[in-house]
Amino acid sequence: MITPIQIDVAGLNLATIAPMAVAIIGALLILCIDLFSKHTDKHLYVVLTTLFLVIDLGALITYNAPTRGFFDVMLLDGISILAQIIIVVASALFIFLSLSKQRFHEYRYPEYFALFLFMTAGFQFMAASDNLILIFVGLETASMSLYTMIAMHNSTKSTEAAIKYFTMGALAAGFFAFGSMMLYYVTGSIELSVISQHLSSTNFANYPIVLVGVVFMLGALGFKLSLVPFHVWAPDVYEGSSAAMAGYIAIVPKIATLIVAIRFFDIFISANDAWVHGVLYVMAVITMTLPNLIALVQTDVKRMLAYSSISHAGFVLVAIMLGTTQALEGLFLYWILFAFVNLGAFAMLWVHRTKESPSYYGFKSDYEFGKFAGLIHSSPLSAVLLGILMFGLAGVPPFSVFWGKMYLVSSTINAGEIVMALIMVLNSAIAAFYYMKLIVYMFFKVREDDKVLEYTEMSGTILKVIIAIAVTFAVTAVFWVEPILEYVTMSVTSSGF
Amino acid sequence: MEHILSILIFFPVFAAIIGLLVEKDAIRVYGIVVTAIEFFISCFLWFNFDLANGGMQFTEFSPIIAQYGISYNVGVDGISLFLIIMTTFITMISLIGLTDTKNVKNMIITVLFLEMAMIGVFVALDAIIFYVFWEFSLVPMLYIIGAWGGPKRVYASIKFFLYTFTGSLIMLVGMLYIAYLYAQTTGVWSFNILDWYMLPITSDAQMWLFIAFFLGFAIKVPMVPFHTWLPYAHGQAPTIGSVVLAAILLKMGTYGFIRFSLPLFPDATVAMMIPMAVLALIAIVYTAMVAYAQEDIKQVIAYSSVSHMGVIILGIFALNVEGIGGSIFLMISHGIVSGALFMLVGVIYDRKHTKMMSEFGGLAKVMPMYAVIFGIMLMASVGLPLTIGFVGEFLALLGFFAVSPVLTAIAGLTIIMGAVYMLVLYKRTFFGPVTHESNLKLKDLNAREYSALIPLVMLVVYLGVHPKPILEPVDASVKQVVNIMYLRANTNEAKDKIAQVNTIGEKK
Repeated sequence: MITPIQIDVAGLNLATIAPMAVAIIGALLILCIDLFSKHTDKHLYVVLTTLFLVIDLGALITYNAPTRGFFDVMLLDGISILAQIIIVVASALFIFLSLSKQRFHEYRYPEYFALFLFMTAGFQFMAASDNLILIFVGLETASMSLYTMIAMHNSTKSTEAAIKYFTMGALAAGFFAFGSMMLYYVTGSIELSVISQHLSSTNFANYPIVLVGVVFMLGALGFKLSLVPFHVWAPDVYEGSSAAMAGYIAIVPKIATLIVAIRFFDIFISANDAWVHGVLYVMAVITMTLPNLIALVQTDVKRMLAYSSISHAGFVLVAIMLGTTQALEGLFLYWILFAFVNLGAFAMLWVHRTKESPSYYGFKSDYEFGKFAGLIHSSPLSAVLLGILMFGLAGVPPFSVFWGKMYLVSSTINAGEIVMALIMVLNSAIAAFYYMKLIVYMFFKVREDDKVLEYTEMSGTILKVIIAIAVTFAVTAVFWVEPILEYVTMSVTSSGF
Repeated sequence: MEHILSILIFFPVFAAIIGLLVEKDAIRVYGIVVTAIEFFISCFLWFNFDLANGGMQFTEFSPIIAQYGISYNVGVDGISLFLIIMTTFITMISLIGLTDTKNVKNMIITVLFLEMAMIGVFVALDAIIFYVFWEFSLVPMLYIIGAWGGPKRVYASIKFFLYTFTGSLIMLVGMLYIAYLYAQTTGVWSFNILDWYMLPITSDAQMWLFIAFFLGFAIKVPMVPFHTWLPYAHGQAPTIGSVVLAAILLKMGTYGFIRFSLPLFPDATVAMMIPMAVLALIAIVYTAMVAYAQEDIKQVIAYSSVSHMGVIILGIFALNVEGIGGSIFLMISHGIVSGALFMLVGVIYDRKHTKMMSEFGGLAKVMPMYAVIFGIMLMASVGLPLTIGFVGEFLALLGFFAVSPVLTAIAGLTIIMGAVYMLVLYKRTFFGPVTHESNLKLKDLNAREYSALIPLVMLVVYLGVHPKPILEPVDASVKQVVNIMYLRANTNEAKDKIAQVNTIGEKK
């Protein structure tokens, strides 16, 4: 006779799913409101989305319960909460970018905002579990929403981008399922902690099959992190989506995936698995270097930023490869600093759309380098702000990403990987070149034709505030590093890394 | 008094930010006033400086990233004191002589930011703070070259930026590695240079670290073969950019050698004495020959800078008090002289819009006062006794004589070859008949140019005759550096070598 399942509600520790639940309820509520009122302004939805994100954030910050919950599939340890805070804050900043004065196709749909909240919840689930199936579900929820949101931008390129992203994402999802299956076959579990225990207790028995599992997982995670050679989707998707969305894709999906990657690869790194270490090493080097070189020859700022963000992902992959406490601290510090500057940079691009279509001025796209020529004369303030953000991304001290880079390079040195440290700094030098390219265009070049670029009036107060936040953060980063580092250290060490 | 260094660093920046509100017509006066105040603050620092004390003075300390050992830590000793005064002085003079009118407000605000970065480099006692100022100084300079430069300004500015940025990043790896060694040894993180002076480093590690720091500094100095960015930067930069670049920015590299490489890696330094001296000799002889072949007056002075920086490096790697002290004096004198020469080229460029020697000739008839001042500066650059250039060059060569008389003899060519290319330049530009009709109408110096150049001439003569006010405090601090080197050297050979080269005047 089957024993009746007894569920003790208190034992479920429902607080662990409260943050995601808030986002999901918010999404459902937006759908319901849409049912009843037909002609509601987007501002309502933006505010509602923000409201739920704030509650979500509140639930995260005040979280004070055991790390495990909900049949032990949830895992809200330090890094999980930290990553979720990054996800939610970045999402909130992103959704504000939609408050531009101009009407965009996608914001007419309330579903856009519902999908957005579903996506946030999906990413949060990814970061808050070590159960491969739940991670998979979170990943797919988020990705499906993201594909749709990209397609809603409604330009030829955006449909192409969405379909490209979807087909390759589907392949990656297949990889993930297959990799999980292999690991389940060897260890009989889909919990990463159990897999880890089993592998170390059997001393990695059935090693070839484990490796097949690792390879498939690497493909799946590599796709989401846009590691070379799984990066080819990135530039096209960035180009096809709106500038704001591109900035979002560069940060939030990656931090969620990074958490999964940290948890997954830690099994092998902490067991000193030479093969995994070697593969990650090579991937990190290639992911840093190759896109950097490709970025040098781009003629479109958005594509340049796309390639550069791939290179940034290579940087943090180094931290996963090292797996030391300091490296993981460096990873989070880097990503937090990077998130703000990157969002600021894409927001700046976002406000630089012209009224006429780019072809009217003889440009191929809205973000061609030539369009920024002589910006210092036509609009000095935005040139200076974008200049600071570029220096921030390039890692020129004292602007923000420098501190993350420094800490990460330092942790690489401390782990005895001097060669890797040199590769990292040389790549920073290469990267400086293409960031400088935009600065050269803005400050030193003059537009040849005398057509005046008329910018759309996108920059509402809120947009200005967000850009101001990003720039202020970039300039005063030196004072924020200490508190951020303290919190990050606490989170990482409390999670047992 | 406690915060005088912070005031010195950040006053230009505050002034720059407030300067955004100043009317465009008044900005030049505003810039001169601000830099003059800054100069007086630095003089005030000098008067309150205890000349007999060779250690760090006016130190300030407050943690920034305590967990990781980074703190705002500044101080000044005899080595940095005069570099700071020179920085504030040259910045002031270059703004007095400023003639550009295009976007002059942006220019002056940029120069003020640059002044902050340069002073920051010279007073920083925390490696990361040093690095931050060091790198930040590239940004304003990039803008000055790129926005106000000649036709190939974009290429020149990018080359300047990337070259120095790459070298500095490798130096950063070195810094992080020392901090790691420090954390390994003591258990706490620290980027404090004075703490690092007490850290034992194995000879092998010293060698690698020396190379890492060498790349950062050598590109900045610039030493052959890393000098290729400099002629472009000078050739394309506006006058003020060249003045600041030659007079101050290049000195950051040689200052770095004295502050970091020598005391931190004594064994490696002793081992590298001769290779470094050879590089310096190549710089001295080769670039002097290249300078001789130039047609452009500004390029002659640019290459002569590389040549003189070679003498400074040679003096530093003599590793004795005379050599290092002489090099520091030479840094200051070269700052004043090359600054003045670039300004003089600027004067003629403003009038004729060309810098080619072939376009001139017989200028001494048309512009007698200009010719006189140019002549004095030229003599100082060559190293005529009783001018400022002689003292440093003599001491640097004297210092290296204790190491190797043969190499010093070759280095002595600097004076002869310098005389050759400089006098040829002078002959072709100032003597002979006036070859171009239009040159007859050139006006002699005006009041603004006098007010910028006369103080420089006075300094050249005064410090040439009486260098003691600078040499004495420098001496006290250099003795400390040499002492630290001696104490920190691991091997007996290195100790012996340092002791041996420091016996000038003791042998009878």
